[in-house]
Amino acid sequence: MADAKGMDGRSMIRRRAGPRLWLSAGWLSILCLAALFAPWVAPHDPLAQDLFLGRMPPFWMAGAEPGYWLGTDSLGRDVLSRLIHGARVALAVALIAGTITCLVGATLGLLAGFLRGWVDIVISRLIDIWMAFPPVLFSILLIAVLGPGLVSIIIAIVVIDWTRFARVVRAEAMAQGAMDYVSSAQVAGRPRIGIMLREILPNLLPTIGVLLTLEMGIAVIVEAILSFVNLSISTDDPTWGSMIAEGRTAIHQAWWVLVFPLITLFLTVLSFSQLGEGLKDRFDPVLR
Amino acid sequence: MSDLYRIENLRLALADMTAKPLFGPAPRIEILKGLSFGIAKGAVVGIVGGSGSGKSTLGRALVRLLEPSGGSIHFDGTDITHLPEAVLRPLRRRFQMIFQDPMSSLNPRHRVGTLIAEPLRLHRLDAIPDRVARALDHVGLPQNFATRFPHELSGGQRQRVGIARAIALEPDFILADEIVSGLDVSSQAQVLNLLERLVSDLGLTLAFISHDLSVIRRLCQRTLVLHQGRIVEDRPTAELFAAPASAYTRDLLEAIPLPDPSQPWL
Amino acid sequence: MSYLSIRNLSVRLKGGPPLLRRVSLDVGPGEVRGLVGESGAGKSMIGKAVLGILPPSVEVTGGEILLGGTDLLGLPPKDRRRRIGATCALIPQDPLTALNPSHRIEPQITDRLVNILGWTRAAARARARDLLEEVHLPDPERVLRAYPHELSGGMRQRILIASAFAAEPKLIVADEPTTALDVTVQKQILKLIREMQARHGTALVFVTHDLGVVSKVCQHLSVLYAGMVVEDARVADFFAAPRHAYSAALLAATPKYTDPDAGLNPVPDAVIDAVRAEVAAFDAAKARRGAA
Repeated sequence: MADAKGMDGRSMIRRRAGPRLWLSAGWLSILCLAALFAPWVAPHDPLAQDLFLGRMPPFWMAGAEPGYWLGTDSLGRDVLSRLIHGARVALAVALIAGTITCLVGATLGLLAGFLRGWVDIVISRLIDIWMAFPPVLFSILLIAVLGPGLVSIIIAIVVIDWTRFARVVRAEAMAQGAMDYVSSAQVAGRPRIGIMLREILPNLLPTIGVLLTLEMGIAVIVEAILSFVNLSISTDDPTWGSMIAEGRTAIHQAWWVLVFPLITLFLTVLSFSQLGEGLKDRFDPVLR
Repeated sequence: MSDLYRIENLRLALADMTAKPLFGPAPRIEILKGLSFGIAKGAVVGIVGGSGSGKSTLGRALVRLLEPSGGSIHFDGTDITHLPEAVLRPLRRRFQMIFQDPMSSLNPRHRVGTLIAEPLRLHRLDAIPDRVARALDHVGLPQNFATRFPHELSGGQRQRVGIARAIALEPDFILADEIVSGLDVSSQAQVLNLLERLVSDLGLTLAFISHDLSVIRRLCQRTLVLHQGRIVEDRPTAELFAAPASAYTRDLLEAIPLPDPSQPWL
Repeated sequence: MSYLSIRNLSVRLKGGPPLLRRVSLDVGPGEVRGLVGESGAGKSMIGKAVLGILPPSVEVTGGEILLGGTDLLGLPPKDRRRRIGATCALIPQDPLTALNPSHRIEPQITDRLVNILGWTRAAARARARDLLEEVHLPDPERVLRAYPHELSGGMRQRILIASAFAAEPKLIVADEPTTALDVTVQKQILKLIREMQARHGTALVFVTHDLGVVSKVCQHLSVLYAGMVVEDARVADFFAAPRHAYSAALLAATPKYTDPDAGLNPVPDAVIDAVRAEVAAFDAAKARRGAA
């Protein structure tokens, strides 16, 4: 048995977690902690107005007010505290909307890609028709009907974005379905539903995981866009989108009101996408 | 001797997606054009032919991965030609298949132990760990391979796992579809020797599909030569090599380059 | 005088184990050298190193590749590419993926002549038609206008052969050119490669795992194990009496349909252990030299 000794190093290969995994996971953990403990972490009440403290610059600039690290907006509200409280909405939307979108889209995609036939025809046509609606208009219309609020935003994101999962998962399920391990399971006597869940699904999980983290990033953006056009939750609650919208009006007098939420939004969305790719690289046992 | 398989006038047509018109169904092309033969219990039958001869389609019809469009397949007296999957399932334990490409036929997400145990579980067999251990033993793999993933193995080892998976169910019949064509000569020889031993130790009936007549010669007592969906020759292997009856078999034989510079060939 | 001369070529995975261990071999004009070995022995790696198409994860750590007397590894990358482009060609393994499915056949043969060698379109087209006739493809005009998917695997391999010979290269590397084909087609393709090579006087490096094929098309062969040449011999001598135990075992493993009892013997464990010990001794000697 010469080949049983195994001189090659296939099983020796271990991949390390790269900096992108650490950085993205680090940023998202900080954000999660900040959101969870917002009332204790935030230095001020995010809603407290003080017109005497309006448009104070961040701490390193002349005229900064001690204790207001990232400055204040035109109504004198603390930007840092509003960012921290805004993270609650952003992360809630990311996690809940992302997960539900993933479940709906991946399930439909898997059914279409594996079962083929009329199931595929129905789901594929639905996807085609769905994608013909302009997404932003569609969501604005939806919220107009449902009324603003966190639940409406989540519903809007799920309704618009499930097609993204469905398309990719369907294509991948078809590719996996053509592999011989599917025939092999059939020869072994596994029923179709078992083949779908036990054989095909595990091979789709890395792809679904990457899509899920991407979708979480997208959900954060969609929430921000909807806040920006004033269609998100009630205007009282701080959200990154509403902060950006307000900051826009005073860009020349107080740039920090616009720039800090933008940077936070950017880092968060980037971290979500990098987290997905990084996790796949690190933990996928199959070298591709 | 009684036949384990009885194939009568087997026809099989598949949809040709490359010629599918914009609207309407794709035209069907006939891959198997009326094959009749039997496989005796305990026989080792070679099925040989070039690409497009229909040999793999025939194999997949035998283990009912494909449903024939005409004729009949009897397995141990039961007509399995059009049996629905649910009725077929208990019978499936008795005819197993080893695939050409173990990289594709072993699910990359499962460990070797699971890959071998899973079919046993599906058929509700008892003493599964013992059976898995015995199967690994039969194919000459150490027991600790049960915890490995397929991508951690060499080509020859992967193909052994494919064989272990098939024999663990203690089937009556095994179909081996081009199982050595992706291997190096040495692993190829090892796998063939292993198969030869298992056939006699376990009393298996084996159909061995290959494009390579020299491999068939070593393993099989009887050879079917397929050409464009028809059987052009069905004879004991020794006779076939001594005096090929059909022109196609002669072409196949003459095309094999012997490792011998003195053979006039090109 | 050999056209291609490889001296002590060493290649390794970047930061990893060696893939080629001081490989040396020669191929003269009009000569065919077979490179044989099991998968992972490094036989394809040699062809890739010559053509300058090693994957980015791999690096050359020493040795020379002399092409017509010039060391390719000593040239600046741009000159090296130009030199290889003008004098070498590849016949690839898989005819199904080697042709771009979205282009017709004609530009896939002529583009290199026009863009790199500065031929006119008309001249390149005439040359392509002549070549297709030379590789015995019926109706060359129709083939030039066809897309790859309209042609069979054997026809596509003929086109790739025609394309390899288009610029009258001095050296061709054929990387397992018939593994994807049926035996009957393989025979025709080997015959064609041999015929074209002899007519054009090209030096040919023929990578294969099949000793049967080597005995038909090559005059010399190098047997590789773990990136090391264990035997370098003339084909007639090798098949009469291989000198190295490993190459003898490889020959004994090769099937022989004329004799059901010969061939298909696995390489014995003792032989594998011995050749592995040789590789280990080589690495140890190298480590000693490195430390000294």
